[in-house]
Amino acid sequence: MSSSTQSPVALVSAKAPGGRRRNRKVRRMSRTDKIVLSIMVGIPTLIQLVLIWIPTVLSIGLSFVRWNGLDLSDIKAAGADNYNYVFNDYPPFWPAVQHNILWLVFLAVIATPLGLLLAVLLDQNIRGSKIYQSIFFMPVMLSLALIGIIWQLFYQKDNGLLNFLLGTAGTPQAVDWFGNSDVNIWAALIAATWRHAGYVMILYLAGLKGVDASLKEAAALDGANAYQTFFRVVLPAMRPINIVIVVITIIESLRAFDIVYVINRGTNGLELISALVIQNLVGEGQVIGVGSALAVILLVISLVPIVFYLSRAFGKEKSE
Amino acid sequence: MSPNEERSAADINRTGMGRRTLLKTFGVGAVGLAGIPLISACTGGSGPGAAATASKSLTFGSGSSDDVPKAAYKAVTDAFTKKSGITVATNVVPHNDFQNKINTYLQGSPDDTFTWFAGYRMQYYAGKGLLTPVDDVWDKIGTNFSDAMKKASTGPDGKKYFVPNYNYPWGFFYLKSFWAEKGYEVPATFDALKTLCAKMQADGLIPIEFADKDGWPAFGTFDYINMRLNGYQFHMDLTAHKESWDQKKVSDVFDTWKALLPYQNPGALGMTWQDSAKSLGAKKSGMYLLGSFVTQQFTDPALLADVDFFPFPEIAMEGMDAVEAPIDGLLLSKKGGQNQAAHDFMAFMGTAEGQEAYASVDPSNIATVKGADLSKFSPLNKKCADVIANAKSISQFFDRDALPAMANNVMIPALQAFIKDGSVDVKNLEAQAKQLYAAQ
Repeated sequence: MSSSTQSPVALVSAKAPGGRRRNRKVRRMSRTDKIVLSIMVGIPTLIQLVLIWIPTVLSIGLSFVRWNGLDLSDIKAAGADNYNYVFNDYPPFWPAVQHNILWLVFLAVIATPLGLLLAVLLDQNIRGSKIYQSIFFMPVMLSLALIGIIWQLFYQKDNGLLNFLLGTAGTPQAVDWFGNSDVNIWAALIAATWRHAGYVMILYLAGLKGVDASLKEAAALDGANAYQTFFRVVLPAMRPINIVIVVITIIESLRAFDIVYVINRGTNGLELISALVIQNLVGEGQVIGVGSALAVILLVISLVPIVFYLSRAFGKEKSE
Repeated sequence: MSPNEERSAADINRTGMGRRTLLKTFGVGAVGLAGIPLISACTGGSGPGAAATASKSLTFGSGSSDDVPKAAYKAVTDAFTKKSGITVATNVVPHNDFQNKINTYLQGSPDDTFTWFAGYRMQYYAGKGLLTPVDDVWDKIGTNFSDAMKKASTGPDGKKYFVPNYNYPWGFFYLKSFWAEKGYEVPATFDALKTLCAKMQADGLIPIEFADKDGWPAFGTFDYINMRLNGYQFHMDLTAHKESWDQKKVSDVFDTWKALLPYQNPGALGMTWQDSAKSLGAKKSGMYLLGSFVTQQFTDPALLADVDFFPFPEIAMEGMDAVEAPIDGLLLSKKGGQNQAAHDFMAFMGTAEGQEAYASVDPSNIATVKGADLSKFSPLNKKCADVIANAKSISQFFDRDALPAMANNVMIPALQAFIKDGSVDVKNLEAQAKQLYAAQ
């Protein structure tokens, strides 16, 4: 049992002097096997290192300097100035944090349960279930540009569908869904829900298929009604999926970016941390120090759910 | 065409964001690695323009990637080759990429000459020693340009770096027939403007069309009120952050603007300038403060012929001397300074001959040289050209005169908030300006 805590990679490379049952398997590996394995593990690790870890470390470093992006000799140490600026002097920052939290709450309370509901409904053997599934999943597959156009048609002030249905299109009472900073975050959240619910639905559909039918039968025999069967038996049986969904919901709310960016690049009531990172790092408004500081803040926040997920996932493996 | 082209390209490029973001993150590392040989490349070499050698070819980097300006620059290079026998190798880069990568471009292996803007964006690179001054060129072409153009082409050290080509003014655009019918008259003072606005509002119109969903159009109003209230030099000093934002002069700009806010389109934050132009064309609003590219939205020739324009009325000082008229033109890179052919090409661009070659393909251009053939101009273009020619000073628009980060990251949100509720925190603007300009 003690050796099972060692990772498979370590087992491969270890000479394994002990004659335990498990290690016999390792000894059977030929030289070629070892080379192939180390290449297969090594290359992704290297790619990961070059594409993710090195830029991450550089970003953390850059968040403590002032730099105009020209000569390396122009880099000046700034201490925590960039962070001080973000927290105290940068007006869009705190609204962005609030919007990210609102995004999380909205996805968790509205979008995810909606996806679950859709999954449960479509899991019944209703006619045309596949068609409905495709329809609800469609938004997840659409490209950014297309989503922008679709919601533009829907929310436009003067000739959008929504104002037309409300009968206010073209009148002064028409709601400016994208321009009015009191309502545009909700408009964006509806658009986000439209995508997120489809995503959650597909995951839960897969989960529901995996639940052993005999569990439901047993529950029915014990006299549980449909409601009890679902919440007491089926949902707990989908625990691994539930964890994935929780993590996805949190990460989606942190990465939320594309919809607000299509609407107005994350300004005027639609500030999100990710949009601020882009604004400060890419293109003409580039301020490397401030942008890096914002990116690091986002990274630190994102680490919380990631660590939670990893500890759950690996912790469970260990205990088994 | 230029501003519009620039903005709409930004729209298109949104979809490419994911890729560019990735490249960027990766790029930071790459820049780090590539930077070391670059430094040595930058410090070495002979002094700029010291001994330009005769050559029969040059390279020309162009960010004018849209069809019409691209063809127009080709007409210029062809005319130059025909005249001098010097061949020009043109590298056209999509303008959004060109602008975003200008830092690495100038430090790597830039072309001899390249398209760029006047204003802070030019001065900044001149100050960093990445450009070659072209005083020798200006000795030849100096008489072709107005004093305002000369001023706009001068770097922080008093040397000239820029040869102007493409130019367009900002002002109030309106429909002649509509105004005649309603009996409106062009206001010469700010008070007259307010009176006119009140009258239009009583007639059920939106007096001043306004759109600021994209954030940048509001700079036009800010710049004009600032220049009319505090003068051109204050505008330049403020955008260069030689003046503090936290002072009465700046709050006065916002206070003056507040008097105009009720007359500007209340739906501005949800509209693009194209929406606003349509609304002007549909006679829902009285006038529109924008660049002359607004006419691109009027495809009906009858409507187009009806469009007229007047400069921003005077408020407190300098009358209407200053005009907001962004200029595009050519710069000479550090490396290009050693190529005499590149100097010659810059000089050619600064002649009536060169600019006519450009205008023959792109008629929206208001030639910046004196003595260019105006016969093909529409009456509106002629008027625009006159206003610019008579201007004592030309500002470049806030996002060209100021640090781009100040314009994009600070002023766009601040002005949008101001449009929303009429409040602005000049102390905070100053705090942000301090941080951002310190990083340069």
